[in-house]
Amino acid sequence: MALYKGYEMVIGLEVHVELKTKTKIFCSCPTTFGAEPNTQCCPVCMGYPGTLPVLNKKVVEYAVKAGLATNCKIANYSKEDRKNYFYPDLPKAYQISQYDLPLCEHGWLDVETEEGAKRIGITRIHIEEDAGKLVHDDKHGTMIDCNRCGVPLIEIVSEPDIRSAEEAKAYLQKLRAIILYTGVSDCKMQEGSLRCDVNLSVRKVGQTKFGTRTEMKNLNSFQFIVKAIEYEYKRQVDAIEAGEEIVQETRRFDPATGKTYTMRSKENANDYRYFPDPDLPPIELSDAAIKALGAEIPELPDARKKAYMEKYGLTAYDGEVLTSDKAMADYFEAAAATTKHPKLAANLLISEFMRLIESESFTCPVSAVHLGELATLVGDDVINSSTAKKLIKELFETDASPKALVEERGLAQINDEALLGKLVAEAVAANPKAVADVKRGKPAAAKSIVGVVMGKTQGKGNPVIINRLLEEELKKY
Amino acid sequence: MSDLLKMNLSELGAALAARKVSAAELTKAYVASIEKNEPRVGAYVSTDARLALDMAIAVDKQRAAGETLSPLAGIPMGVKDNICTKGVATTCASRMLADYVPPYDAHVVERLKKAGFVMLGKLNMDEFAMGSTTENSAVKVTHNPLDLTRVPGGSSGGSAAAVAAFEAAYTLGSDTGGSIRQPAAFCGVVGMKPTYGTVSRYGLVAFASSLDQIGPLTHTVRDNALVLNVIAGHDKRDATSVERVYGDFGAEIGKGVKGLVIGVPKEFFGEGISPDVREAVLAAAARYEKLGAKIVEVSMPAIDHALAAYYVISSAETSSNLARFDGVRYGYRTAEFEDIGELYKKSRSEGFGAEVKRRIMLGTFALSSGYYDAYYKKALQVRALVRADYDRVLEKCDVILSPVAPTVAYKLGEKSQNPLEMYMGDAYSVPVNVAGIPALALPCGVGEGGMPVGLQLMGKPFSEALLYRVGAALEDDMGGAR
Repeated sequence: MALYKGYEMVIGLEVHVELKTKTKIFCSCPTTFGAEPNTQCCPVCMGYPGTLPVLNKKVVEYAVKAGLATNCKIANYSKEDRKNYFYPDLPKAYQISQYDLPLCEHGWLDVETEEGAKRIGITRIHIEEDAGKLVHDDKHGTMIDCNRCGVPLIEIVSEPDIRSAEEAKAYLQKLRAIILYTGVSDCKMQEGSLRCDVNLSVRKVGQTKFGTRTEMKNLNSFQFIVKAIEYEYKRQVDAIEAGEEIVQETRRFDPATGKTYTMRSKENANDYRYFPDPDLPPIELSDAAIKALGAEIPELPDARKKAYMEKYGLTAYDGEVLTSDKAMADYFEAAAATTKHPKLAANLLISEFMRLIESESFTCPVSAVHLGELATLVGDDVINSSTAKKLIKELFETDASPKALVEERGLAQINDEALLGKLVAEAVAANPKAVADVKRGKPAAAKSIVGVVMGKTQGKGNPVIINRLLEEELKKY
Repeated sequence: MSDLLKMNLSELGAALAARKVSAAELTKAYVASIEKNEPRVGAYVSTDARLALDMAIAVDKQRAAGETLSPLAGIPMGVKDNICTKGVATTCASRMLADYVPPYDAHVVERLKKAGFVMLGKLNMDEFAMGSTTENSAVKVTHNPLDLTRVPGGSSGGSAAAVAAFEAAYTLGSDTGGSIRQPAAFCGVVGMKPTYGTVSRYGLVAFASSLDQIGPLTHTVRDNALVLNVIAGHDKRDATSVERVYGDFGAEIGKGVKGLVIGVPKEFFGEGISPDVREAVLAAAARYEKLGAKIVEVSMPAIDHALAAYYVISSAETSSNLARFDGVRYGYRTAEFEDIGELYKKSRSEGFGAEVKRRIMLGTFALSSGYYDAYYKKALQVRALVRADYDRVLEKCDVILSPVAPTVAYKLGEKSQNPLEMYMGDAYSVPVNVAGIPALALPCGVGEGGMPVGLQLMGKPFSEALLYRVGAALEDDMGGAR
């Protein structure tokens, strides 16, 4: 991406992912999203006097899987700590989290951007409990919904390796893809089961020292993250250029204005007084237990991507896109198995289908077999690409067989050279101005002649043949 | 005094089983005793004679129906007011929880309910169990039944006083740094601080989570084992509860002390101990020697630092444990406030007493950024050294003998203005909690003003049965507590 006034941005991301365990991290309350307020809580998650936390083993297992899938080293010994602060959505006035001995450390993942491949480091992954939710209401004032208190989270902290909004987005998409593959979270940004804090600083290109960073909290869509990063990058550069000093602070991104605003500065920051939670014994994991959890992880995006590149000749970028969602990769593989043109199937899926799919997670109304059929029709020169595009719209509505549609409506492309040659000759003769333009060195004018021929064939002419015949015909002039 | 009140738990259990007396009659006798003694002693925060009688009648019905009942079924008792009782106010003797009624029962209360207990009421204590005299109660002052001008000890002062004044056949207390043993010593009763993890803390309002244990206060060593039998055992709701099968804690009682090695650490008899206490405790040691035990002098140098480590660790944990009392969901809320910050500040300033605030501030400081290493981390290191000292000495000794406290019960008001002097009084009881080991307190003689002197017997983790055996040997040799 283009640098602004010679500065580069340095970004580290903190991602909170809600684990989809059936019960909460320290009690047996359910974790279902969207229940009536305060119907999924008990004395334990509401921090009633005398209650005690007991760690849900599934939480540790899920976090270990997330760690293994992101190439982390899993700790044989880790512990839980209390992060102390007062807030009405935090019933115990401390959050049980992990401080100096997290469950997973030293991981990484590879991302693919248009500028190529890059490895982003993962500092750590730790487990913690979520807080409740404050609901503001004109009539009653502020109310507390404790349903979310004690919902299990993992916090995934990246190294400050990210240098652009595009990289940040690619990292998040990759991370989301991997987590979805492992099955430990739904990663639904709209429901808040994947939330992102962005730490951003800027520095002159070539400078090795990091600048002062700001933190933007709880961004819950890829679009907001990109916008927030782009705004904050320029804001910091402009501030420095204007001789101002960047203040270490937490900032809020307002999607309505696209700007970031000060929330609280470091001077007002909490001293969390972390200390080991005396109610919880340390978490001990044997190498065998870690290995067993690793065996439960399915094939991950990178392995699939590599297979697609080798087997189908896809580009790294296309492979990355297809594997970014397990459902999409599964769909692609099902389609690829039915056609001898898998690369075409990939292209159709990425460039045409994806335009029509709006949901956050991949679902497609067209059956995989029909995508395969469509790729075969195009690959075998039965239909041309513009016919294919027209068909796709219909397939999304009816999921009909494209092969049947082509036969039924006579959409097969015209490869008859004698017929096309005649139409080309007629079009050339009828458009002397375009011909003259081509001869005067304006090859673009030939397109209008091709258009005339296509019109005559109701769009069914084989564009490759038409172009070749036109070239030959023009030589006569 | 009714003869019923003079009976120990085994005798009461036998009398009830033989239907010589009904639980209802027994309960009425205790209710009458409370009515008579309570105005002078002040052991209870709240009593509910109607509820107690209903519980007793239910047990009588079960017995009439021929059901097999626990040895404690139908025996009236009291519960320290920091142990949650469903539907019955649990105040921690604090303004903060003056109207707090828990929605659930503590694990020990569940156990006792199953055993058919009869709860007479909730017992007074130092606010949130912080203190050594029960003078820190926001509810009332409890007087030592043996001398009403003296303190009953603390923080389980109500629990000890209720037993000593025959206002309950037995009681439950909690012990974070001596809060069962020291009041037991001051009131001349028997108190056990079990091994950390033996009794579930689920439902005990936390003071210092890594040190707190619930335990029984009784008239005799045998009685104490009977109660521990009912309340000890694994609870999956407390992650620090130990998964272990416990036998009868009283099983070794009567085997005597012949051949046992009893260690006497010089650090427990140093500066600050009053001569009457020293004399009585050493006399108990001599009695054990006479009974066939081997007395050896030992040294535990880390003990001298245990008190400082204790006050750092317990205060740090308290500062976090008590943060939930913020006036938002339950408990005391200030009358007027502008915003959430003021709600917090005023509710906590008005709801907590001076000692609780002192500990919260100490603990907050100890955990603060920049001070953590110097205080909290160092305290944890000292804790490891204290444990190592006990491990080493208990390799060659079966039990360790010491006083519970450096003095007998002192006068009300005598030390309440000097917190540091009060803290020093915990020096002999605190190391036990820091190490997580069990300790039994029992009367071993009489000191200044005719007040009882408490003996402390400490042992390896899970050696409660041995401690009861050694304690009972002394009790028997002295002619029994009653």
